[in-house]
Amino acid sequence: MTPSPFEEPPDTQWVGEEAGPIVRPYVLTRGRTEPTRGRFDLITLAVTIRSASPRESGLDPECLAIVRLCHQPQSVAEIAAHTNLPAGTVRVLLSDLLDQGFIVLQEPHSETDMHDERLYRAVLDGLRAL
Amino acid sequence: MDSVRSSRDAGRVRLPKAIKILVAGGFGAGKTTLVGAVSEIQPLRTEETLTDRGVGVDDLSGVESKQTTTVAMDFGRITIGDAYRLYLFGTPGQERFWFLWDELALGALGAVVIADTRRLADCFPSLDYFERRQTPFVVAVNCFDGARRYDLDEVRLGLTLHPDVPVVLCDARRRESSKKVLITLVEHAMRMRLGATVAGDTTAR
Repeated sequence: MTPSPFEEPPDTQWVGEEAGPIVRPYVLTRGRTEPTRGRFDLITLAVTIRSASPRESGLDPECLAIVRLCHQPQSVAEIAAHTNLPAGTVRVLLSDLLDQGFIVLQEPHSETDMHDERLYRAVLDGLRAL
Repeated sequence: MDSVRSSRDAGRVRLPKAIKILVAGGFGAGKTTLVGAVSEIQPLRTEETLTDRGVGVDDLSGVESKQTTTVAMDFGRITIGDAYRLYLFGTPGQERFWFLWDELALGALGAVVIADTRRLADCFPSLDYFERRQTPFVVAVNCFDGARRYDLDEVRLGLTLHPDVPVVLCDARRRESSKKVLITLVEHAMRMRLGATVAGDTTAR
């Protein structure tokens, strides 16, 4: 079987990392600027619950990269940093992956959770142990 | 807000809850340095694209009011056991990014405002913002080499701070020093939010 022209091995890419993205962010999100649901704070955590293979999943490379990255829980900010995508783009892609059952999310503490004394004690203990 | 998703997810994977602390201050005050001193990862950079939505712009001139700005933020991470993850965000200090601050400050445990004694006024916008928003904050006076060691009361006076706001000296390059700043902040936030009853932590200051 002849390899598809769209599946070039990584070392033959004609644009290096230094050149920056050649696809503009809104193309990756098909023009969408808002996630399908949810708030997606910069510290909302995502973790992969279903692995995605490039062939079966039909996911874009960017989404595949996110699924791979999130085998360890990652925040929206970390995903954006590691994929070199703007946080807004990552939010849209994450909402797609959530809808398709590849990831789950953990929302951060809300303002009301900030009245839980255990949180402060735990953070203080953690900082002192640094 | 999105209870369907939260409850569905809660049972399947046990994930830590993330907490954020903001590190603000003028340009070059040492925000990223402090983040890097305590972070378990090399500080990362994320870019947030802002539009003018939500900003009180009543400019009807059309195209030019549809501004998009990209703001870069450096951030770091500290894992607190299995249950919590602390993220530290160096926040852009300029006033025109206040829209971003609202999003960042939402749910934040508190903020560190780094004061550079050579340019004390640079941290005024940050102070104003956190005071108005009632976000607990501490002022960390970064002692740069060669900078005169200010008396903390002098800084407090110069910044017209509320007497409850802790002011500490720090060397943002040093882990121990930056760690102490964060501990001071968490203790202060606990006092502010939970009241004097739990403030029994006698801090070694």
